[in-house]
Amino acid sequence: MKLTKTLVLVLSLCLMLVSFAHAGKDLDAVKSKGFIQAGVNGSLFGFGMPDAKGNWAGLDVDTARAIAAAIFGDASKVKFTPLSAQQRFTALQSGEIDVLTRNGTQTLSRETQLGLNFVSVNYYDGQGFLVSKKLGVKSAKELDGATICVLPGTTTEQNAADYFRTNKMSWKPVVIESTAELAKTFFAGRCDVLTSDASQLAGTRAIAQNPKDYIILPEIISKEPLAPAVRHGDDQFRDIVDFSVLAMINAEELGITSKNVDEMLKSKNPVIQRFLGTSPGNGKSLGLDEKWAYNIIKQVGNYGEVFERNVGVNTTLGIERGLNALWTNGGLMYSPPFK
Amino acid sequence: MTEATTAKRAQLKPPISNVGVVGWLYTNLFSTWYNSLLTIIMLLMLAWSVPPLFQWAFVDSLWNSSAAACRDIDGACWSVIPNNFRFIILGFFPEGQEWRPILAMVLLLGLVIYSKERSRWKKSLAWLWLINLIVMGTLMYGGVLGMPVVETAQWSGLPLTLILSFFGMIVAYPLGILLALGRRSKLPAIKTLCVVYIEMIRGVPLISLLFMSSIMFPLFLPEGVTIDKVLRALVAIILFAAAYIAEVVRGGLQAMPRGQYEAADSLGLNYSNTMRLVILPQALKIVIPPSVGVLLSVFKDTSLVVIIALYDVLKTTMVTLSNPEWAGYSKESYIFLALLYFCFCYAMSSYSRRLEKELHTGH
Repeated sequence: MKLTKTLVLVLSLCLMLVSFAHAGKDLDAVKSKGFIQAGVNGSLFGFGMPDAKGNWAGLDVDTARAIAAAIFGDASKVKFTPLSAQQRFTALQSGEIDVLTRNGTQTLSRETQLGLNFVSVNYYDGQGFLVSKKLGVKSAKELDGATICVLPGTTTEQNAADYFRTNKMSWKPVVIESTAELAKTFFAGRCDVLTSDASQLAGTRAIAQNPKDYIILPEIISKEPLAPAVRHGDDQFRDIVDFSVLAMINAEELGITSKNVDEMLKSKNPVIQRFLGTSPGNGKSLGLDEKWAYNIIKQVGNYGEVFERNVGVNTTLGIERGLNALWTNGGLMYSPPFK
Repeated sequence: MTEATTAKRAQLKPPISNVGVVGWLYTNLFSTWYNSLLTIIMLLMLAWSVPPLFQWAFVDSLWNSSAAACRDIDGACWSVIPNNFRFIILGFFPEGQEWRPILAMVLLLGLVIYSKERSRWKKSLAWLWLINLIVMGTLMYGGVLGMPVVETAQWSGLPLTLILSFFGMIVAYPLGILLALGRRSKLPAIKTLCVVYIEMIRGVPLISLLFMSSIMFPLFLPEGVTIDKVLRALVAIILFAAAYIAEVVRGGLQAMPRGQYEAADSLGLNYSNTMRLVILPQALKIVIPPSVGVLLSVFKDTSLVVIIALYDVLKTTMVTLSNPEWAGYSKESYIFLALLYFCFCYAMSSYSRRLEKELHTGH
């Protein structure tokens, strides 16, 4: 009897930890539970990582906050699930998370075979090379015979191999497991070149004893459009996630920042009026409050602000806008009209 | 008269090579030519390695500075620990609520220390543990007495390591005993079940179990139903540890002489009483050293949860190191972590030695 009682007690305790989310459309589920569960990287500085106090920070983290601001009018209604590279897509498929903002590269096979919908890109990355100035190399084409430090098992290794083969050059890979050790090995001079995504290279260069001794070569040998993703099956939710990203880009283009957004509410410009919801329509179409875009900009900021805060030139990473500048400034960030 | 002369004879000192420092050196370090050679080589190696290490760790080091100041020194940058101490130990636990996990850890360790004395092993102690576990759970989870709810997803750092390992051990040990008994059962169904279970679990690495629990398992559940991530990892750890404990305990059971069973039978004890009163107390005593070995490895294996993105104390340290500011100081951080693990493991193994001595009745 005692044993039965204990078993019942233990089982019911376990059941308390099993949560039944509302099955059905993703947006309804999100709305009924009152927050968004976002999958993030967890240890990528500038994109998704907790700070020394345990608060989440990063470009991807802010993107998830923007989605929460759009849906709930409150950027804090988001919970973060740190995910490893292997876990990330399963977590989305199984419904453990609602949206994946984890520096995931949009590819054809992921869209189709994995049943994911990537939305608008929130960071254009690409693989590059970091070299010491002492080498006197100006272009990746001059790297014939170089020893190159690279992380194992990633597309990075594959990309480098492809690049050297197409350019008929030889290379010696030095494969090292962790990013931190990779940087150390490179600075200790065990390899001539370090290859990784350009965003990582900037961070690596930043921790050198003298960052000015190193340059990132101009060649970018792969395309890595990093975009948030949702599951197939709920187009309305996908639209909301997509336009949350786009709203930040559009706001930058319109010159709306978190500081001046309240003044902008009084603007006579019909484009701004439509965007901020003073002349209604957009919110209703998305199934959101008319103030959704206002809430994003007010609470999170426009794309430029988010970029500069997390990865921009004044941060440790010190990344230039480059491809991530607005299309009006020679970048790729372009938003369709909000009407 | 002859006695007087013998009494006057001066006491001879033993030869200098047998006593004192010289004697000790001679017998222990320079007794033969190859011992002397080994001693000299070891001394040279120590002279070559210790001073630079000392210089690095204590002389050229900084203990509480900014990351920028560390750039200019050659020694250890211990500052990485105090600067990130809160995150390494407590992880995501919300700000302002830090006292809760700290109190929970103090309660747990306090109770462990209290339970050390065998004279306190009574029924009341079991109740004390149960109450303590409930209090700890409440402290961590909150939701009552004005404590905001902290979901298990935010449990991280040292509290998570301790929860995973202590709960893992506490649940896995009795489960392992049951499995061991089952494997020796005369009922074929139970026996087969236990053998299959034990061999299957022992046939796969813990990593694959953790992967199964975190990646495969959710796909089998109906959509929208999720099971807590920490619970899934905990279950994987328990299942894994129980299989190993079962084999250890089975070793103890097999070491029991037949006479013990027969004696219990002749007293008219039934199966459960035979096991509870006669066999298990002796068998478990025999297997204290290997059991502690298994428990220690459970404690250390909990660090494998990093691969399913649970932030135990190893992962929080690794996250700290992925901040470019502190990226260069992995040595210092991992040394700190090694010391932390060592403290727990050493305490456990020295306690087991004491327990062995106390329980030793001799034959």
